[in-house]
Amino acid sequence: MPELATTLPGRPAPPFDSVGQQASARRLGMWVFLASETLLFGAFFLAYTVYRRLYPEAWAAGAQHDSLAIGTALTGVLLLSSLTAALAVAASKARAWRAVTGLIAATVGLGVFFIGLKFYEYWLHWQDGFVPALHFTHADPHLDLFFVFYFLMTLLHALHMSIGIGLWTLLGVQAHRRRLRDEAAVETTGLYWHFVDLVWLFLYPLLYLVK
Amino acid sequence: MTTTAPSPFAPPPEATRTTYLNAGTGLRSWLLTTDHKRIAVLYTLAITAFFGLGGVMAFLMRLELLTPPSDLFTIDTYNRLFSAHGIVMVWFFLIPSIPTTLGNFLLPLMIGTRDLAFPRLNLLSFYIFLVGGLFTLAAVSFGGIDTGWTFYTPYSTSFSQTRVFLVVMGIFVMGFSSILTGLNFVVTTHTLRAPGMTWNRLPLFVWSLYATSLIQILATPVLTLTLVLLGMERWFGVGIFDPALGGDPILFEHLFWFYSHPAVYIMILPGLGVISELITCFSRKHIFGYNWIAGSSLAIAAFGFLVWGHHMFVSGQSVYAGLVFSVLSFVVAIPSAIKVFNWIATLYMGRIYLRTPMLYAFAFIGLFVIGGMTGLIVASLAVDVHVHDTYFVVAHFHYIMVGGMLTAYLGGLHFWWPKITGKLYPEGWGIAAAILIFVGFNLTFLPQFIMGYLGMPRRYGAYAPEFQVYHVLSTAGSTVLGVAYLLPLGYLLWSLKYGPDAGPNPWNATGLEWTTPSPPPPDNFDEAPVVRDMPYAYHLEHRQFMDPDEAGALAAKKASRSED
Repeated sequence: MPELATTLPGRPAPPFDSVGQQASARRLGMWVFLASETLLFGAFFLAYTVYRRLYPEAWAAGAQHDSLAIGTALTGVLLLSSLTAALAVAASKARAWRAVTGLIAATVGLGVFFIGLKFYEYWLHWQDGFVPALHFTHADPHLDLFFVFYFLMTLLHALHMSIGIGLWTLLGVQAHRRRLRDEAAVETTGLYWHFVDLVWLFLYPLLYLVK
Repeated sequence: MTTTAPSPFAPPPEATRTTYLNAGTGLRSWLLTTDHKRIAVLYTLAITAFFGLGGVMAFLMRLELLTPPSDLFTIDTYNRLFSAHGIVMVWFFLIPSIPTTLGNFLLPLMIGTRDLAFPRLNLLSFYIFLVGGLFTLAAVSFGGIDTGWTFYTPYSTSFSQTRVFLVVMGIFVMGFSSILTGLNFVVTTHTLRAPGMTWNRLPLFVWSLYATSLIQILATPVLTLTLVLLGMERWFGVGIFDPALGGDPILFEHLFWFYSHPAVYIMILPGLGVISELITCFSRKHIFGYNWIAGSSLAIAAFGFLVWGHHMFVSGQSVYAGLVFSVLSFVVAIPSAIKVFNWIATLYMGRIYLRTPMLYAFAFIGLFVIGGMTGLIVASLAVDVHVHDTYFVVAHFHYIMVGGMLTAYLGGLHFWWPKITGKLYPEGWGIAAAILIFVGFNLTFLPQFIMGYLGMPRRYGAYAPEFQVYHVLSTAGSTVLGVAYLLPLGYLLWSLKYGPDAGPNPWNATGLEWTTPSPPPPDNFDEAPVVRDMPYAYHLEHRQFMDPDEAGALAAKKASRSED
């Protein structure tokens, strides 16, 4: 099959001997990185759990002050973006570059919408005086603690989202120019994106649905 | 001192051969290099500087402790000294030490590949490390920090008037370097092994680096998050760990030690790997219990995650939790002991050559056993109540960190120095320095066990007069130790210019790194290596030991024969 050679784009970067070896190294690298990220968020979830056990009333009250509608909408948007991301990975394996470009654009759009909606919600919290240290107008210190966790956890998540949006944008531009420097990057970025979504699937019940 | 003079039989200087050292010239070719060997050299320079800084601080502390009252420094200055000493030594010397220097240099050579899987990421790790270090140096020069290296809340968040935020930033940044190095090592070990380099042929040093990397990847993010929370609390005054605002200071200790106990194994595991290499080479015998030594590295890494609570026996955690942590801490002693017994079994009936690296290996075994056994004493619930926060604990962890890890680092540095630089160090000086370090170390830290057991608390700049005799002994020892550390710095640098050429394999050692010229070419191997043997086949006839000079002569003879 002589045409097989042409389907392997470019040469592997040193120290790799083949494109396949390079791709598997990058895939493994992303999985290892995600393992590390799991412990980062895991520590956060642990601290959250400790305080929820200590102050269950404040935690239930805090969740009441979030907008369930916005939280649910955010979850929906994110799940949709995971779908477009997964389709982009599949399309890149089929080397359908037009589809890849479109699907990455959709993923970026949904991601940006998510961040926008999230910051709109932050603005609502600001108006209600629920921003610890900067603008907190309620007497209960435990409620303050809930919102410390709320803001730090969602901001850490939004930071990860922003990095993902940046990566997708780079890949989208490359795909649009049909000059993808590293095809495995679509898959590894997809892995990252799904992981960040998965974190939100834990944050949503913990911050919006607890009673 | 025949080894210091260039041997007439040494192979002719290979001026024309391209090595990683002469492949590019100028500062730029070093600062922007992606060659793992050059990055290892950069790291070596950086951690040597940090070690010097931390060492000077330690010596100043020992000077203050020569007399009972605090007369050389104020108590406040003393607090800043021991904090900075701990922080610099832990995060900017011990944690990166062996993995980023010897590990970076040797991992690709040992598994037979050209570089780490992600060479640019490797360079990035170095600069992240440097930025973290500069933050910390800035904090120290702007007045330092007085919380100790553990940053216990709420003192660190609500009361300390010192540069906590800056130091925490520095360690936060450095953590990413540690994670990325671990990631790079794991992926490299999985994907870039040479043909025939199966998992049960991996050098034991690689196994220990692999286990270390797992801890770096999985424990460091918890510290990162903890430092973020601490920084937020200090910066914004929110009550995450402050009991006055509903926070839980014990939670900080749990999170901190969840990283910082496994971090102890980040420090010592690579040292254990180095010793496995040295013991088998200088007893000219196949390593005893290869599988057990490799497995015990992984076991230490795994159990190491489950013992953090033994730092908190007197902090107010539940006594039942304390019991479990105590038992698990005893369990960690098992894989550590497995290593020691296998090393001793390797020595048995071996032909032992007391070269400098082997002296360090012997020193390591003795000091590691003392450090480990006293670890069991402090892991016992009731006894720990007595010795907690005393010099007994200080002596215990210095036996592991300095007596163990630093000794292994120096042993490894001497062993692979000919490979790294292509030059032989002067053996006589090496032996003298190794003995002096051993004597100085024990004189410094043995008295600390005694005074700690008698009740001398740690972190005190002034103390009761009955402890003075121990402090004087300890300070005398640290003076010897300080001089002894300067010796290798001197003669190793001297050997760069005046040392005889080493040839590819001065120890006649096994392992892929010895099959390539010294210093290695930029791509490590002239032709891609293939592995056909089990590791450590030292019992074979052609693996007999010879002095590095003889090895050089033999290499020259071979070379001339092949020319005919």
